[in-house]
Amino acid sequence: MATGFLVLSGQGNGGRNGTDDPRFLGAKENVTANPWDVSRVPGGSSGGSAAAVSARQCMVSLGSDTGGSVRQPASFCGVVGLKPTYGRVSRFGLMAYASSLDVIGCFGSSVADAGILLHAISGHDRFDATSSKQEVPDFTSHFTSTSLSESKPLKGLRVGLIRETLEDGVDTGVASTIRGASSHLEELGCSVSEVSLPSFSLGLPAYYILASSESSSNLSRYDGVRYGNQAPADALNALYGDSRAKGFGHEVKMRILMGTYALSAGYYDAYYKRAQQVRTIVRKSFKAALDEHDILISPAAPSAAYKIGEKKNDPLAMYAGDIMTVNVNLAGLPALVVPCGFVEGGSAGLPVGLQMIGAAFDEEKLLKVGHIFEQTLKDYRFVPPLIADDVAS
Amino acid sequence: MKSTQSQTATQEKPASPEVKNTLSHPANFKTIDEKILKDYEAVIGIETHVQLSTLTKAFCSCAYSYGTPPNTTVCPVCMGLPGALPVLNSKVIEFALKLGLALNCKLSLNSKFDRKQYFYPDLPKGYQISQFDVPIASGGYIDVDLPVEFGGGHRRFGITRVHMEEDAGKLMHSESGSFSEVDLNRAGVPLLEIVSEPDMRTGIEAAEYGAELQRLVRYLGVSNGNMQEGSLRCDVNVSIRPIGQSKFGTKVEIKNVNSFSAVSRAIDFEISRQALLYSQGREDEIVQETRQWEEGVQKTVTMRKKEGLADYRYFPEPDLPGVTLTQEYVDNVCSSLPELPETKRRRYENMGLSMQDVLFLTNDIDVAEFLDATIANGAEVKLAANWIMGDIAAYLKNEKLTIREVKLTPQELSELIGSIKGGTISGKIGKQIADPAEIEKMIDKVLSENPKQLEQYRSGKTKLQGFFAGQIMKLSKGKANPGLLNKILLEKLNAKS
Repeated sequence: MATGFLVLSGQGNGGRNGTDDPRFLGAKENVTANPWDVSRVPGGSSGGSAAAVSARQCMVSLGSDTGGSVRQPASFCGVVGLKPTYGRVSRFGLMAYASSLDVIGCFGSSVADAGILLHAISGHDRFDATSSKQEVPDFTSHFTSTSLSESKPLKGLRVGLIRETLEDGVDTGVASTIRGASSHLEELGCSVSEVSLPSFSLGLPAYYILASSESSSNLSRYDGVRYGNQAPADALNALYGDSRAKGFGHEVKMRILMGTYALSAGYYDAYYKRAQQVRTIVRKSFKAALDEHDILISPAAPSAAYKIGEKKNDPLAMYAGDIMTVNVNLAGLPALVVPCGFVEGGSAGLPVGLQMIGAAFDEEKLLKVGHIFEQTLKDYRFVPPLIADDVAS
Repeated sequence: MKSTQSQTATQEKPASPEVKNTLSHPANFKTIDEKILKDYEAVIGIETHVQLSTLTKAFCSCAYSYGTPPNTTVCPVCMGLPGALPVLNSKVIEFALKLGLALNCKLSLNSKFDRKQYFYPDLPKGYQISQFDVPIASGGYIDVDLPVEFGGGHRRFGITRVHMEEDAGKLMHSESGSFSEVDLNRAGVPLLEIVSEPDMRTGIEAAEYGAELQRLVRYLGVSNGNMQEGSLRCDVNVSIRPIGQSKFGTKVEIKNVNSFSAVSRAIDFEISRQALLYSQGREDEIVQETRQWEEGVQKTVTMRKKEGLADYRYFPEPDLPGVTLTQEYVDNVCSSLPELPETKRRRYENMGLSMQDVLFLTNDIDVAEFLDATIANGAEVKLAANWIMGDIAAYLKNEKLTIREVKLTPQELSELIGSIKGGTISGKIGKQIADPAEIEKMIDKVLSENPKQLEQYRSGKTKLQGFFAGQIMKLSKGKANPGLLNKILLEKLNAKS
């Protein structure tokens, strides 16, 4: 039980216009800002947790990652974000959104911090049947400086750069930053090659169908009968209808409608079932790529942080922003986002995160590679201008 | 008179109120039956829900027992609180396998749970964890022997499927009807749903199907099978069709049948109701609906009409991993099964017992095991059976005891039978006098015949109790129940008259 060990920090409504935020029970409407540029979003849905670490309000924080809700905010806020393997961390205590995709993730201002946090929250939990009994290694054992003294500390590591993640729809600035990060990995001794995941673009629609379907079901319990908003009503159906109409936000209602539709008789095969088939294909194609490579890399998001309100009326554009991350959730794999450079924007540039994807339950390798990558990236300092002076002194 | 009335009724115009009167009067069907019923065949299928007697609920560690104060055996999991997750109680699988095997089903080594979604206040998550397209057991059958008094006969009914699911809570409606309260004690209690093939043709067959299922779950120890407490609930589907027609008629579901006798009577009523409508050319008035059995007036009444098929939006439960069973595990469960009622019946039959006796003796597994143990100790089958069905059964009934609660062991019974058979004691002596009135009479006699000793006793020589007891025992030729004798004797001796 992740929150049994730690207090959840700032998790929730992160100014992503509620994209992955159920916002039931009348959640607040205040928007968290990005510490790098307060006119921009911190990402979502766990943007609050990312912004808090970015602004050095806390050392580490937790978030939930269903389709990228830890990794995209980490990238936007210039912090480390870690999405563990599905089942590595208990979901007990997490308000379920999409049960088969939800994972508790970690934020830290360094890979080591995120790794220490992961170690604290990992392991089997008898209150979560989907939590794994896989042994939890000591993730912190690799955070030594010895390997850093070698000239090629990552010698022999096979890295696959996912070709589809640098094609159309990705900001050129982001793409070139990622290529720069790729070069840095090569300098560290990695052999980097491009790898194609042909099913990559299928992941997004499959994700939205599955996540909406599961959330339409998981949100059924918010019916006003036992807790939360209960609208005054004379009849049972009105009590349900009014309580839910008042309690849920617009985006959540849309998700419930989409999910209910996808699971309805006559549509199940065309939507839910096909999405499950796509999920199997995605899982297999990752497996094949990871048989050939130790880790795969890609951007964590197709762009850096955008302006608050910018995509408010364009849900499809907002959904498209999840393309880099959702496949990883479908495959249940671990992924680590490490700040790797900047693109133009704000007063000091906007951070860009590199996503490293590993084989199931191989967080250890990701943390080791991430740590070396981070410690050797000497030209960059990921402290937001807002607090740069405080941190420097 | 009645027959004339019903004759008239069938000739009445369909819409006339008199016909409705006749329809609502069950007594009239009895006479209509004979003439009309022979032209129709009923098709009956039963869905049964059996509450499993696991120590804890299906997906949490709450205990459940019937009748506890509302909302006292609940936790975040069975209340459906946010953040709580279901974890399967492995006993549920074991019990499901036991019943699946006992019903001769094919087992799914790989099955899963699904969510069945609908809104209702007794369903806290907004979905019920159930099994949809891959039930744990399917394609089996159940053998029954119909009661001799109903003509007897052996039947085999198909079992479509057995699946695992969780029970819902209960709504308690206020007397004013202005509000309802929710009790979630029952929410999350494990159930097995057993769906039969539409193989039954009469109320008696359906009742016996239910009774055999009850016997099975009790033999297996997976449920107490108690219908009054709702541990075993039957929903009956009935349709009729003219004999010779292969197409099924419109089926009607009957709920609220709380005993097997009610199952039988409700079905017979429903068959008559439908047959009458058919015979009057009004079969279009038989609509797909749920009817409720009203015990008070002995008839079924409309509960709700079906409006299209409900869409439960089933999908695989993502909070629970798939259920994977090894053949080894299944074999282990299989080898742990007791001898089942059908096998026992055939065995007892082959031992020369009458069907009447066989049905009596196999009805309760404890009785059957008592018989088996008595025979194993050397007693002759028929003598052992007679003792158990006769004096022992009568004693149990009188004392409101179960056979497990009596002090007599099968070995003692066997020795007793042996002694009687060997002529050591007579059959009459074997039986105790346990009638308090009879014993009292003997005590009174002994007391009145020994006034001197009685006076001595009452002045303090209480040791004389033994003397009186001996005299009374002698008078009863050793047959008086000693416990009863001493109890009544003491009362009499100590009474200040």
